[in-house]
Order: sequence, then structure tokens, then C-alpha cells
Amino acid sequence: MNKTKTDTEVKSVLPDGWEMVIGLEVHAELATKSKMFSPARNEFGGAPNTNVHPVCLGLPGTLPVVNEKAVELSIRVGLALDCTVQRCVWSRKNYFYPDMPKDYQISQFDLPLNIDGKLGLPSGLVVGIERAHMEEDTGKSTHVGDSGRIHDAGYSLVDYNRSGVPLIEIVSRPDMHTALQAKEYVEELRSILVAIEASDGKMEEGSMRVDANVSVRPVGADELRTRCEIKNVNSLRSIVRAINFEARRHVELYESGQAPRQETRHWDEQGGGRTLPGRAKEDSDDYRYFPDPDLVPIEPSLEWIEEIRKALPILPQQVRSTLVDKGASASAAGLIVERELGPLVFAAIEHGADAKRVFTHAENNLSQGEASSLDPKNFADLIKMETGGELSATQAKTVLAEMVASGEAPEKIASVHGFEAMDSSDLEATVDKIIADSPDEWQRFCEGDPQQRGKLQGFFVGQVMKATKGQADGKAVNQLLQSKSAG
Amino acid sequence: MKNNRSIVDIVSAVKSGKESATSITETCIERIEIEDKEINSFNTIAKDQAMKAAAVVDQKIAKGEPVGPLAGVPVGVKDVLCTKGIETTCSSKILEGWVPPYDATVVEHLKAADAVIVGKTNCDEFAMGSSNENSAFGPVKNPLDTTRVPGGSSGGSAAAVAAGFVPVSLGTDTGGSVRQPASLCGVVGMKPTYGGISRYGLIAYASSFDTVGVFGNSVSETALMYDVISGSDPRDATSLPGEREQILPTLDSENVEGLRVGVIKELNGSGLEGFESEVIQQLNGSIKALTKAGAKVEEVSIPVIEACLSAYYMLVPAEASSNLARFDGVRFGLREPGGNTAEMMRASRTAGFGDEVKRRIMLGTYALSAGYYDAYYAKAQKLRALLIQELNKIYETFDVLISPTSPCVAFPFGAKSDPLSMFLVDIATIPANLAGHPGISVPFGTGANDMPVGIQILGGKFGEKKIFQAAKALEVAANE
Repeated sequence: MNKTKTDTEVKSVLPDGWEMVIGLEVHAELATKSKMFSPARNEFGGAPNTNVHPVCLGLPGTLPVVNEKAVELSIRVGLALDCTVQRCVWSRKNYFYPDMPKDYQISQFDLPLNIDGKLGLPSGLVVGIERAHMEEDTGKSTHVGDSGRIHDAGYSLVDYNRSGVPLIEIVSRPDMHTALQAKEYVEELRSILVAIEASDGKMEEGSMRVDANVSVRPVGADELRTRCEIKNVNSLRSIVRAINFEARRHVELYESGQAPRQETRHWDEQGGGRTLPGRAKEDSDDYRYFPDPDLVPIEPSLEWIEEIRKALPILPQQVRSTLVDKGASASAAGLIVERELGPLVFAAIEHGADAKRVFTHAENNLSQGEASSLDPKNFADLIKMETGGELSATQAKTVLAEMVASGEAPEKIASVHGFEAMDSSDLEATVDKIIADSPDEWQRFCEGDPQQRGKLQGFFVGQVMKATKGQADGKAVNQLLQSKSAG
Repeated sequence: MKNNRSIVDIVSAVKSGKESATSITETCIERIEIEDKEINSFNTIAKDQAMKAAAVVDQKIAKGEPVGPLAGVPVGVKDVLCTKGIETTCSSKILEGWVPPYDATVVEHLKAADAVIVGKTNCDEFAMGSSNENSAFGPVKNPLDTTRVPGGSSGGSAAAVAAGFVPVSLGTDTGGSVRQPASLCGVVGMKPTYGGISRYGLIAYASSFDTVGVFGNSVSETALMYDVISGSDPRDATSLPGEREQILPTLDSENVEGLRVGVIKELNGSGLEGFESEVIQQLNGSIKALTKAGAKVEEVSIPVIEACLSAYYMLVPAEASSNLARFDGVRFGLREPGGNTAEMMRASRTAGFGDEVKRRIMLGTYALSAGYYDAYYAKAQKLRALLIQELNKIYETFDVLISPTSPCVAFPFGAKSDPLSMFLVDIATIPANLAGHPGISVPFGTGANDMPVGIQILGGKFGEKKIFQAAKALEVAANE
């Protein structure tokens, strides 16, 4: 494996001589219409207990039937993660919990659907994927009482809307060694799941949830020490904080002659950012897995797997490298993928827009989710207007924002605003007038050190923009300022 | 005792308009209300729903619309099968009062055939038992001798037919729970190939063994019931695809000429112990009858049968321990108070389940536990696979196998209070459940105390037609 951890990253978090070992278990809800084994709708939100059916309520006598679309999406995930897709068996994981209506969860145990894959990260680290298996989600409990935890609740309310929602659980190998790598892994995995339309990847709605297995060891050692599993860390920021906290806790224990014990811990964001031991599970550790007799094994045919493979879209890693080939910087390529702008960017270039301008707009003027409200042809036309001198960069930015909001064509928006690029002689006259009005500033601009010069450049550009009501092209103003100060 | 009417009689009376389905239903329910006080074969009498269903049949006939093959026929349904709007209890305190919002697929089939469901029949709690002594609502009495058990677990369904309350009923067979009570009550009882009849709506005991089965006063009525409720079901993932062979249309025209019949050596009195001599005498009589009818009968040894009981009582409780987890007091049935959720669940399960159910849940939990799984569950699965392999080989040479259904005739209440001796009653019936093969029990003479003896006929996968045909031959011989 290609380990690219940098020394500074490790040192900033742990005392000298220690490194982290991190493996992640990511649960993602699959983007199906109905649930894993039940005809009820798979939909976030909704009044409690409205997206339910006798099957996902676990009513006596009901039987599970596999949602084929969920299997297809799971195979997509497996293929995108370079896994071997194999015959798999459903198993029951037995434990009592009020939001799990059958008091067992249908999951996969010794024969999961996808095994032995890998995920390459933008930084170059390659993380091994141990398995990616299917299972059903549980309902949601609300414990009404002092602490909001189950053991001292006055009473509990259960919403089964989420019960039976299809999940894929992606288990990485313990190949990560810094919290930032873990964050990068989650970001990349999220981009893949979204790109292949397997999941909406919304961490804030719980459709993607992360459990982190964390241990530490002396730098250079090969051993795997006792790990703790931090459950349900639900934002990228929390992932970094929780892993760093937990690793430091382990080092402190070792350095004081103690050792952590293997346990499940919870990330307590409100309580000042710490991990706390989970509920004591003296009797629930043995899940008594056995093959679910209500279901038959799934044997995906080679033809089906190939059909799914052929239909896979371009994956984020490939999108990034294509963008770089077309002249984007690595960071711009990363942002474009993260914001799901790849398809828009490629389509705009296809329509003849200048690639560099496309990248600049994608990097600076578009955010996540805005690709869907933008017609690639219109986007390309806007850039053509800009490169053709009809619009200044600043005007183009304004027009773009309105295109996203209204969906109108760029020509129409530009004409409503009365945008026309200024004639270059008009612009020069304006610049000259402003220089003449501010002789001291101009003097200092011409003689100043680079820092002074930068500040004053901003001042002059601002004045020109004010005078032209934003119609001037900032780039052209800069060029005029440079040539006049040099001359 | 068998003063009830046949399906043919009822359907023709209803169709011709000679009698209304409503009046037949009314008479049937009145009789149950009086006579079942002693037998206790019904947990619930669904009078309102039954009268409504009968009225619908009468309307169809009045309008000249076509009606189904069970038009106006009163049917009892075992209380482990879900019936929309009719309380379904599994004869357990833990589910008392629960009314399912949906029908089991087999119940839908009955309704589509215009049958009238008159009530839910008593059984051992969650179908765990062989004498019907484990019902939370009291034991069912054998209508032929009320000091004796009707067998179990579908004791109520068998007794209701034997008492003449209904001509046919539904039961479930996980280890013999249809065939054994049929044998003890002197009626016909049949279990299908696993996957031949939908399990959707059957409250699971042991999912990979459970089958819905049928009871009738005659082989042909039982066959008609099978024809009505069998079929593939997209709601049951273990349901087998394809059309089911209809049995009744050819039952009378075909015979057992040339049928290759194997007598299981381990179960014919010369192998395993515990078979009553009168029962073996009737087995020998049935062999003669089949030979006389043209079948080729030979003895066949299946040594692995001896180990079946242990494998069965390892696997079935394992599945049950998981299947019965959902009865936790959270969403339906009994809820006992507790200081927190875990205590509430524990209190509800402690109060709601009977001793036999608790015994099997504990046995199964143990068998699946880490460190024991390989020694118990996995080993028993290997034995199951071995049995299937052996039987498949045997069915290359034989069409059907026969044995007594039960080693003994109906026994007095309390006679088998030791759980292990009760388990032994299932020795002849469980191999078919382990293998997922069909089987039928047909009355053939009497044994000790004039109680009926049942002969079991087993077939290979989808061998339903052959076992019905052999059963018909025995029925004809027994009535001669």
C-alpha cells in the first residue's frame, strides 16, 4: 500500500513515536424507491410511522423478499471499489432492541456480496476494502427522559420509517494513519457513491454514517493493538476530531502504564468533543449469527455483473485525472468532483467553451448541487460571451449566479442588466482619471514593495469598478495598471 | 361421530340454491358453540366474518355469478395463520388479542375459492408440541375419546374435522404437526413439499421446516384443499417457482398399479423401538392392501433416520429462538411493566411464553451461541444434508415410502410428561420436514383401545401426486 502520511500531520496530533491505525465502517443508505425487504417507501422525513408495511414492522407471519434494485446498487458499489462480487448469504444478527422490530437484523456475515477491493485517494493513499455487504437499517428511538439515553428514559418513542431501509456497509482495512486520511477516505467514498447514484450520501440526513476503529502503535511497528470503535460520527469535522481525541486517549493510557480495553464508544460533540464509553453490552456481544432461513442465497450471474459494470459512470478518480489532462489544477479538479460538477464541466467543454474559464467558474462561482440547475449549453454560451469580450469576468460571474437561480439564457440576463464589455479606450480614460485623482496612492503604487503594491492595486481596481458600476473587466484594469506603472 | 357433510354435498347444495351458504354457516357455528365446549378445538369463532363471507357467496349465486370450488364450505384455520380482522394468538398469552391487518396467502386462496372461515383452531403454543397440551387456552380433547390427546401441534384442526364441525381445515407441519394429529384423530392430514405452499402469514416456528398442511375427512377432500392453497408466491422467497400439479382431477381415474413402495425398515417395528404392536399390525395390513392393488412393495433401510431426531431438535429450536424474538412487548401482544425497555421485554416474555416455548428458545439460543455453533448447529445441518442425499438416492428406486405415522395411538392426557418421551412421538414424521418432502397420513384401522392408526406415505420433492394416489388406495382398502 502506498502510505503518504506526512510527519507533520502525525506529530501535530500524537506525541513523538506514536502513530494511529484507523479502519472505517461506512453505512450508506441505498437510493432505492422501496425498502430492502418490504414494499414500503424508502424516503427520508415524513410523519413518524407512515412509510411502513407489515414486513418492515416485523409483524408476525411476514416474510422478507429481496429488493433486486438494492442488490444492483450494491454490486455497483462493489465494482466501483474494485471488489470481487460473489455468491452471498443472508444472515440474522440477533439482539434485542426496540427500534429493530424483529429483534434481529438481516445482514450478511461470512459470505458478503463484495470482498477484497480498494479505494485510491486523491493524495495517493490506497485503502484496502475488506468487504461491502448489504443489510437493513433499524428504526429510530427517541428516549424521553433526563439524558436522552435509553437506560434512564421515562419512556421511548419509536419511528419505523427507517426500519428496513437498504444499507450497504463498506468496511475498510486498517490502512489509514491520520485523521485527515480518514476524512479524505470518507469524502472520496461519498463522491463515488453519489457518482454511481447508489446513495445520496447526505451525512446530515444520516444516509451516510461512519464508525471509526481506532488504535495506536509505536511508529514503525506492524502490530495491531486494542482498538475502540467510535460509533456514528456524523460529520467530516467530527470524524477528524473524534479520531484525534481517541488516539490521544490511547497514547495517554499507554504512557501512564495502562491500556485501553476493546469497547464501543460514542462521540460526544455537545459535551466538549470527547468519546464516551457505550452502554455496557455484557450480554449482546454474541449475535448468534446464522443463515436466514427465510431467504435464499443471491448468486449474481457473470452476465448481470458485466451489464452493471458496463453501465457504470466515470468514477471520480478518472474525472479528476481527465480534468487535469485538460488543464485544470489538481485542487480545481478535486473541488469540481467534490461539488459534483464533473458532468457539467465536461459538457460545457464539449459545447466549445474555453476549458480554463470553465474550470475557473466551477472552482470559484459554483457550489455543490448547482450543476443540476444549469444547462451545459447555456453555461458554454456564457463562457463564449466572456472570452469573446462581450462580458467582463465580473459581469460573467453575476450572470452565472442568475442563470443558476432562474435558468434563463445568459444573453437574456446580460441584456436585462445592460451588460456590455467596455470599450478599451473608454476603460483607459477612466483609469487615467482615477490615477490623476489619487496622485499619492499612485506614487506609492509605483514605488512600493510587493505588499504595498498589492494593497494599492486592490484600491485602484475598486475605484475603477465603482466608477464603471462593475462593468469593467478586472483583468483588463490590472493589465492597464501594470503597464502604466512600468511606463 | 362423523356426521358432518362432505365438501361435494355442501358445494352442490349451495350452487343449486337448495341451501344457502348462510344457513349452512349458521348451523355449523351453532354446533361448534355447543359441542366444542368439551372438545376445545377452536380458540376463536369468527361468527360475524363467517356470516358476511357466506352472504357474499349467496349473493353471487343469486346473481348467477360463478363461485369457487369451496363455495360455502366451512373451514377451520390453525391459530398460527394470520387472518385479517380475526384475532390470531398462536395459542399463546403473549399474542392474545392481536388482530392481524393482513391475510396469510393460504387464507387469501381459501377466500378466493369462496370458503367460509368459521374460526381459528387451537394448537400447541407456537406449534411446539405433539399432544396439544401446551396451549395457553387449554388442551384440545380427542373427539373419539375425550380422555385422550388429539395429537399436536395442529390438534384443534384435526379434532374439528374428526368431530364433524368442519369437513376440512388448515394446519401447519414443522415436524409432523399435521400428520400426527390426523393419525391420532382418524382423519387425513397432508404436508406439502417445502416451498409448494406459501408460508406468507404463517407465524414462523422454524422457518426452514414450517409448511402449511391440510386436514380432511377423505383423501379427495384433502386433495381439493391442496389444489386450492398450493402455488408459488412472490411474497415468500422460499416458495418454489412454477405451476403446481393439480391432484383431484386425476385422483379417481388413476391407481397404484406398478407404484414402487418402500417400507422403511427403521420404522416398521424391526428397527427403532417404541412402536406399538397393534400399530405395526396395521402397517402390515396396509402393505398387503397396496400389494393387492398392484403396487410393488419392498423393504428399504435408511440408517440415517435414527440420528434425525437429534438434528431436528437442534435446528428447529435454533430457528425458533430467533423467530420468537419479536414477541418483546414493544409493538403487539402482551406488555408487562418494567423499569426500562430491557426489563419490560424480559417481564413480557417471562409472563407471555409457556414452559415448552421457553425450553425451546433456551435450547436454540444455546445451540447458536459462539463456541457451540459448529458442534451443534453446523453439525446438525450436515446431517440434514446427508439425509436429503440419502433420500434422493432412495427416490430413484422408489416412488413412495411408507411407515406408521405415529409409533402409538392417541394417549391419555399427562401420559408423556417427560419432554424427551414426547419428542420421540415425532420419530416417523420429522425426516420429511428435514428433507422438505411431502407426506400424508391416512387412517387405516385401529390399534389399542380402538383408537385409530394412521399410515404415513412419503414422497420425494413434488411427489404430491404419488402420495395422494397411494393414500387413496389405502382409503379404499380401509373402507372395504
